[in-house]
Amino acid sequence: MAGNIWVLTEQWRGEVSEITYEVLALGSEVAAALGVKLEAVLLGHKVKSLVARLGKADAVLYVDHAALAEPTAEAQSAALAQLIKEKQPRSVLIPLTNVTLGVGTLIAAQLELPGVNFCKDLRVVDGRLQAHCVLYGGKMEVLVTGLREPAILGISPGTRPAEKGQEAGTPVIEEVAVALPEVPSVRFKKYIEPEAGGVDITKQDVLVAVGRGIQTQDNVALAEELAEALGGAVCGSRPVIDQGWLPLSRQVGKSGAIVKPKLYLAAGISGAPEHVEGMKNAALIIAINMDPDAPIFNLAHYGIAGDALEILPALTEEVRRTSKKKAG
Amino acid sequence: MGSPMTGSQSTLPELTLDNLFEFAEGRKVLTCIQCGMCAGTCPYGEVMDYPPRRIIGMLRAGMLEKVFTSDSLLNCVACYACMAKCPRDIQLTEVLLPLVKEQVFLRLPEIPAELHKALENTLRYGNPTGESPRKRAAWVKTAGVPMRILAEDPRPVDVLWFVECQNSYHPRGQDISRATARIFYVLGIDFAILGNEEKCAGECARLVGETGLFDTLTDYNLALFRNYRFNRIVTSGAHAHDAFKYQYAALGFNYPVEHVTPFFARYVDRLKPFLKRKLSYAVSYHDSCCLGRHNGFYEEPRMLLNAIPGIKLVEMPHNRMNAICCGGGGGGMWLDTYYKAKGYERLSERRVKEAFSTGADVLAISCPYEVSRFEDALKVLGYDKRMVVRDVVELLAEALEV
Amino acid sequence: MNIHVLLKMVPDVVEELEIAADGKSLAPESLRMILSESDGHALEEALLLKERYGGQVTVLALDSPELDDVLFTSLAKGADRAVKVTGVETGLTSRRAARILSQVIAATDGLMPADLLLTGTQAIDDLDGLVGPLVAHFLRLPFVAIVVQVGVDAATGTATVVKEYPGGVRGEFEVRLPAVLGIQAAEKPPRYVPVAKVRAVAKSRRIESLPAPSQLEPPLVEVLQMMKPEVAGHAEMLEGPVEKISEKVCEILAERGLV
Repeated sequence: MAGNIWVLTEQWRGEVSEITYEVLALGSEVAAALGVKLEAVLLGHKVKSLVARLGKADAVLYVDHAALAEPTAEAQSAALAQLIKEKQPRSVLIPLTNVTLGVGTLIAAQLELPGVNFCKDLRVVDGRLQAHCVLYGGKMEVLVTGLREPAILGISPGTRPAEKGQEAGTPVIEEVAVALPEVPSVRFKKYIEPEAGGVDITKQDVLVAVGRGIQTQDNVALAEELAEALGGAVCGSRPVIDQGWLPLSRQVGKSGAIVKPKLYLAAGISGAPEHVEGMKNAALIIAINMDPDAPIFNLAHYGIAGDALEILPALTEEVRRTSKKKAG
Repeated sequence: MGSPMTGSQSTLPELTLDNLFEFAEGRKVLTCIQCGMCAGTCPYGEVMDYPPRRIIGMLRAGMLEKVFTSDSLLNCVACYACMAKCPRDIQLTEVLLPLVKEQVFLRLPEIPAELHKALENTLRYGNPTGESPRKRAAWVKTAGVPMRILAEDPRPVDVLWFVECQNSYHPRGQDISRATARIFYVLGIDFAILGNEEKCAGECARLVGETGLFDTLTDYNLALFRNYRFNRIVTSGAHAHDAFKYQYAALGFNYPVEHVTPFFARYVDRLKPFLKRKLSYAVSYHDSCCLGRHNGFYEEPRMLLNAIPGIKLVEMPHNRMNAICCGGGGGGMWLDTYYKAKGYERLSERRVKEAFSTGADVLAISCPYEVSRFEDALKVLGYDKRMVVRDVVELLAEALEV
Repeated sequence: MNIHVLLKMVPDVVEELEIAADGKSLAPESLRMILSESDGHALEEALLLKERYGGQVTVLALDSPELDDVLFTSLAKGADRAVKVTGVETGLTSRRAARILSQVIAATDGLMPADLLLTGTQAIDDLDGLVGPLVAHFLRLPFVAIVVQVGVDAATGTATVVKEYPGGVRGEFEVRLPAVLGIQAAEKPPRYVPVAKVRAVAKSRRIESLPAPSQLEPPLVEVLQMMKPEVAGHAEMLEGPVEKISEKVCEILAERGLV
């Protein structure tokens, strides 16, 4: 048990998230490089069945407690901290999502351990773990190492393909008991579901996405016309939704929807990590942005450095012309 | 070379709404005959709760608080139409309205998001689009003629060319700047620019009521100008021209200031021999508000256009003093979403419809806001394949055969 | 209500960032500092809460270039007190910054008790931790992250907060006060304050200065190297006139049966 690589399973509303599998894949590589085991930590209430999804791990540490039914950073970090003290892993990998945000920092502070955020890769050099992290919204990267063990590492989405972390199998289960406060100081009350009805962007084959670069609400119409011509729907990055130009149901990204359409056409979107998280697995990504250095061009398959306000209507016309030719 | 400035801060007391009647200009307000010419000629007159006529009436009746707590004055695009038409010659756009707008601005619970961003960006980065100040002079690399940047070469110079924000950062503005540089060069003018040190002159911030931002930029610009020696300022910014000529002059800034269009017009005879290429365009010239109504430079741009072989000028029905504003002044450049939400017609579209009706090939302009506003309007109206927008200077450069 | 807002200045990425000679940090010459975006939302949320429930808003920050402007702006927006902690080295990590802030808050008369401590949920330079949970830990207070809505019930001494989850789902939590909240977005966009007001405040109001405690824990994370992102891949850029680009895009789409 001591000296192993741990991955915190992000389990939410009965599902294991895709990023967990990415981190399991990463963790498995690191564990192999260090010659130790990979263990998944599963925290929750009555979710033992999820253990079957964690076949990539050599063992699963399962903590079942009523206070862990709905995730609060307080309960999760308290539980995990106890486990760490007891079992002394080599390092703890925590997928960074809205569900787990803060957990890694709290544990690191409680146990006076190094905490590292925004890891996009891990490697083992001379028997020591080094983290490759992204800073300043993607403008710089750093190589860091923890000066104590275990290091608590926050892993960003996209480090490894999720498929590599998915394996059928029945890992060894160890159920561990933890002591959690009877009366939590943070109490979950209820979920507020997004408005139902309307377009489900996660089910669209074609998405035309708009970002800050389209400048005004009117210009969303340009995207809608193109979407219509292509038989798809319009979605947007967070700033566009925050401005009220599109409803919350159309938000793509960290706090919005994760989409995997056949075509994702991004107009006026710079490619900030929080947005990229939501669409990086689209089959074909075409990006239009005035700034030839916009990070989106590192992700897109095809790019156009130009004015979306000019290109969208021209593209719509061409699509309509081509469709007519094919039909006629 | 260069006359020293007489001091950056005026020793005169400032004109405010409280002491208005202690000044001649303020007392003029009392001579308003409530004729309504201002409201009638205002492009957004029908939708303004408080056009100038009512504001003056309420000022005289001590009821201004109502105006201060209304957002009506966000509809003023500082087009100078009211001021140009006022039979009493009351300095509405220049003096009275900014004073009232300043009070409105202090009380607005929320300002429209686009305008908010433009003002914040101007304060922080010296330009409304929020681009890095270090990229302001990036266009100079492609100017095509030798360019001097004062920070790198601070020798005294004849003309300090104040380029302006749009013409530094916007792709179409950069086209205009390159053309302008070529004309300066062909005329053999000794000129230099401030480069990355240049910041917005802030006139539109002043005209929307953000006088604090204007003052901050003024402090910066006056201190910057003091570092260099030059005879005069020539600027591509119509609003910048007004800031330097009227506001800065009141603070003791005594340099001659000209806008590039009337400046080049004075050299038209020297320029003519180079304008060899025939441009067979029918051109309709749009009089910009600052150059036109505010400063009376109606004939100078036309003189330049007529000097280009092949060009035929066609006038829009509303020309010279009656020109219809593009809607970009007084903060209007960043209030399109706000106006649209209120259901107003875009002034730029109104104007472009009129331009298109003349049958001209080219809509010629001379204020940096106009090129993007009119090009957008052409696209929205579907006329963009049949009419283009060109700055007067772009047409001059196109006609050059050097 | 006594609300504290913890502010942090971060590198302004509008400017190009360059690496310093030591190869591990940012070159100061090209660096401009700006208020962390979600901290601006934290301030706005605090001001909205003050408008709703009454009370006092104090903004606190570690000293940094361009901080004074931010503090005066906060006062002009409606904050009641601005406190900066001086004598701090530049380039402090979030962990050490949070520790210093917590020590100052705990040790200064009149700063505790507070009802709420708000800070941005995350900043772009939070390499070794998030300020919110760190301060919560050091002050032994409960913490909720990614908050987009706050309601306070003075009678029960609790706040009801709404947190953002993936997929547009939100969660409602009840938290005992005093508490630390990581604000993702204020209920209204951060307000504008006329520059004239800020200038007036800069002339008439004071920023309080408190010295940082001299003892600092040794760092737990070491930066070995800083580098510019390597571009793993890049889009094939389509160039030319708009019509040609549109044709090319349609070809690409047609190949995949999308048009």
